[in-house]
Amino acid sequence: MNKPNLDSDNWTASNQRNSSHLSYWSAAWVLSTGLAAFGPKLIWAFEPVLSICSVIISLLVGAGMIMATKKYLSGLDELHQKIFRDAAVLTLGVGLVCGNSYELLEDIRLISFEPEISHLIILMCLTFLTAMIAGHRKYQ
Amino acid sequence: MKNRLKVLRAERDWTQARLAVELEVSRQTVNAIEKGKFDPSLTLAFKVAALFNMSIEDIFKCGEP
Repeated sequence: MNKPNLDSDNWTASNQRNSSHLSYWSAAWVLSTGLAAFGPKLIWAFEPVLSICSVIISLLVGAGMIMATKKYLSGLDELHQKIFRDAAVLTLGVGLVCGNSYELLEDIRLISFEPEISHLIILMCLTFLTAMIAGHRKYQ
Repeated sequence: MKNRLKVLRAERDWTQARLAVELEVSRQTVNAIEKGKFDPSLTLAFKVAALFNMSIEDIFKCGEP
């Protein structure tokens, strides 16, 4: 049996590198968002300049995470790109429809509390995770 | 879409993992194509054809798997 060519090894290594970069960017975004959310209250007593800086940092790191996701996706093979895309489409749809209805519940006074964006984020994360697992199972 | 990927692979005594490395895709992708669960893009189909020195039509045929 011939030894697999070097390009294939590079492809696998490149995927692993993209995956690592995405993990780092995601962790950095969570940390920067945490800083922007809790920093004003716990660290710098709502100093506006520092708060604005923390939000800008969070946005910039978020942009980096989006680019890392794009690079990660384009590095995947076509089946995994399809699984990812299908999951992303479902997540977008669920987020849009459920987010709108959730917001409406308060407007029409069916719930008494203010809808939280964090609830929508949790729903979208769970939807994406479930859709990814279902996609992988489908093509096993 | 029907395909002869499994037969061609077996003729060369290649594992799915080996074919996946040659095509620069995951083993799961090779398995899904062999089982007819996933139709490859034209680019990947050309790559498969080039790897086995055959035409695309000799490997892939339209119809249910």
